[in-house]
Amino acid sequence: MSPGLAAAAAAVALVALLPVVYLGVRATQGGWAKASATLWSQRTGALLVRSLALAAAVTVVATTLGVVLAWVTVRGNVPGRRAWSVIAALPLAIPSYVGAFAFLSAFPGLAGFWGAWLTLTLLSYPFVYLPVTAALAGIDPAYEDVSRSFGYGPAATFRRVTLPQLRPAAATGGLLVFLYVLSDFGAVSILRFDSFTRVIYQAYQASFDRTPAVLLGCLLLLVTLGVVIAETRTRGRGRYWSARSGTRRPLGDSGRPRYALAIVPVGVAVLALGVPAATLIRWVADSAQGGVDWSRLLGAAEGSLAAASAGAVLTAAAALPVGLLAARSRGRLARSVEQASYLAHALPGIVIALSLVFFSARYLTPLYQRLPVLVFAYMVLFLPLAVSAVYSSAIQAPPVLEDVARTLGNRPLKAFAKVTAPLVAPGVAAAIALVFLSGMKELPATLLLSPTGYDTLATRVWSATSVSAFGEAAAPAAILVLAAAIPTWLLSKRRPYREVPYRTTWAGAAPGAGTMVNQ
Amino acid sequence: MAVFRARRLAPVLALLAAALVLAGCGSSTPSGSGESPTGEKRVITLYSGRNEALVGPLLKQFTEATGIEVAARYFDSAALAAQIVEEGDNSPADVFFSQDAGALGALSKRGLLAKAPQPAFDAIGEKYRSDDGSWIGTSGRARVIVSNDATLPPAEIPKSVFDLTDPKWKGRIGISTNNASFQSFVTAMRITAGEDRTKAWLAGLKANEPVVFPGNGPVVKAVNDGQVALGLVNHYYLYEVGKEIGANNLKVRNNYLAGGDPGALVNVAGVGIVKSTKHGDLAAEFVSYMASEPAQRYFAESTTEYPLIKGVGTAPGLPALEEIDGPEIDLSDLDTLEVTLGMLREAGLL
Repeated sequence: MSPGLAAAAAAVALVALLPVVYLGVRATQGGWAKASATLWSQRTGALLVRSLALAAAVTVVATTLGVVLAWVTVRGNVPGRRAWSVIAALPLAIPSYVGAFAFLSAFPGLAGFWGAWLTLTLLSYPFVYLPVTAALAGIDPAYEDVSRSFGYGPAATFRRVTLPQLRPAAATGGLLVFLYVLSDFGAVSILRFDSFTRVIYQAYQASFDRTPAVLLGCLLLLVTLGVVIAETRTRGRGRYWSARSGTRRPLGDSGRPRYALAIVPVGVAVLALGVPAATLIRWVADSAQGGVDWSRLLGAAEGSLAAASAGAVLTAAAALPVGLLAARSRGRLARSVEQASYLAHALPGIVIALSLVFFSARYLTPLYQRLPVLVFAYMVLFLPLAVSAVYSSAIQAPPVLEDVARTLGNRPLKAFAKVTAPLVAPGVAAAIALVFLSGMKELPATLLLSPTGYDTLATRVWSATSVSAFGEAAAPAAILVLAAAIPTWLLSKRRPYREVPYRTTWAGAAPGAGTMVNQ
Repeated sequence: MAVFRARRLAPVLALLAAALVLAGCGSSTPSGSGESPTGEKRVITLYSGRNEALVGPLLKQFTEATGIEVAARYFDSAALAAQIVEEGDNSPADVFFSQDAGALGALSKRGLLAKAPQPAFDAIGEKYRSDDGSWIGTSGRARVIVSNDATLPPAEIPKSVFDLTDPKWKGRIGISTNNASFQSFVTAMRITAGEDRTKAWLAGLKANEPVVFPGNGPVVKAVNDGQVALGLVNHYYLYEVGKEIGANNLKVRNNYLAGGDPGALVNVAGVGIVKSTKHGDLAAEFVSYMASEPAQRYFAESTTEYPLIKGVGTAPGLPALEEIDGPEIDLSDLDTLEVTLGMLREAGLL
């Protein structure tokens, strides 16, 4: 592991910790008496339990749903497999506030915990679905064949052989879902569920005194730290690259299409996509005001695209050293760096936005409220998404290959470019796509940090819905979802099997190196 | 030699390249910059908690009248107030236009607002401006009970919000508890009727299973559709919804309460000059314009709110401001929202 990689990753992690520093500064200004009064109240305890309960409930169901859907669309041989694999990922393109509005209008009684649970599950399961499909497409079928040849049925094979290999992908996706639910504000606010983020926001609103909000934010950070550390523990010690010699056999077509299984993707699509689509259509139909300001919309679309794409590139570049380090090293530095990059992700967007307002307005004044700071905010907000995508690729790129390239006379950078970079490229592409579509949907940081007068599609939707001009919100919302659907489509295109034309034996492998996963 | 999957990366990079080109084009046209022939720009930066749809045309009117361009940033009043506090002395904001008096009061208490120009301050009634000269109200917003004659005969409309705890209203009331105006109304009830009575009222209201909507507009629409019999909203939503669904589809009416009832609260939106402004004179011109006749007429006619200066009439169909018999309170006391939110949460309404 090169020191350069470690240094780069550490630098990224420090930057990602800026909101944490801000919270620390503001918290200490409040004074200890107030801090203990806020933190140790019964209400705060109840709030913590509620938020964690929602996050846990959503994570469990979303992970299960993601894995099941992934298996059905990759291995289940349903008709229209390719289409389903794209459609199943599309809910990621829907912003949570749009989704919540849609579900609340369709099922008005569904406010509170169950409404929030349903909405957030349906919108966040693609965080699990995408890495698990990638992992499913990448695992070596030879192990399953061996298991079957020993007499285990398909279900037992799935449980004993396939599922453990999907564990890192599912765990990373699950962590992202958990953090997404903790940090979400739009959905819980509309569905009136009292989560941490909603209370933090109301604390800003109520007393204009930052301190209670900041203290709750610190508590949220501690919770996140615990969850992130727990997730790293679940990864176990397995090595997930093949230790077998020889090439991987491509997966053949497995028999006639199974129509009954198609119920699963259809049902999920109807709920997750159909309900928001129906709401958008109803908004347009209900509105008596005709005429769409196309030039304004185009400007907003440009603004969204520019900020989101710049943010995506910056974040993916920043995530590369962190993801590589996390995949290759089990040392404390690697773990801390990775955990640091996840830490701020559970904070509500408004807190991260205000922390960057604090730093950039006071110390980077010429850049304040210019595009670079907004792009930087996207990086801080979405770093974990990029890190998880890069990590999922990086763990399938054994470091031994790079070592071999070095022994053949290549300099380190050249070895990286020729060997590791192509292997990590799918992860980087996924990182870019994920951050791009998250940036398209982002709201509070954009509203506070974008140049004054800068429009994005998300701010247009928000502006219209906040005066209940739903008809006016429909056009930017539709364009937003369509624009975000493009990277989602790119993310979900199933990779065809590739032949790896070199041997992947491990030099100096320990005895028993034929096993893929440490049991 | 490893297989380089250029095909996978290519569409992503093409998309990005296109987007970055657009970004290059986009950023070369800065927004809100008016250059006079001498090259000197007269621009102020406005942080507006009021929605763009409502005040955008007024800002254009201001620019036409004075030649000063306005670069406006829109968000919630509370979030913008928090932003101004975080920005401190480096705040680029010149003027803060707030949806409610609470945010202005909070900034003023931290010493972040400069004094409003005296003529503008004097033009606004004493009830609708700050005590220390730092902010002025620009328009009034009255709380009303909105009802539909088809589902609720006018004779049965309650005369006071305190009547709403009667069991006959079970399931027939529409409210929007997330909304800042509703929360201000409950704060006014707290201040005038006392905390105990307010808590009892909230408990009684909750027992009547009110239907809670995400905003005031949906409340009015629900009353229009007959889904609920009455709703607690601000007076101008009727006109907003009317514009959206068409006047012939509008069946609701506003009912103004009387007798000092908290349900007749008149709150204000207002402006204040941010202390760290570098364009104090331009900001003062903006504040003066907001208190002048053209702007006040705009509020009366376009947003159907209450003008606050003498000599500008209200829109037809609205009772005069002086006629509204609302509770006697100091509007800057409405910033103690913390207690109100706690009460709402305890009652299970938030």
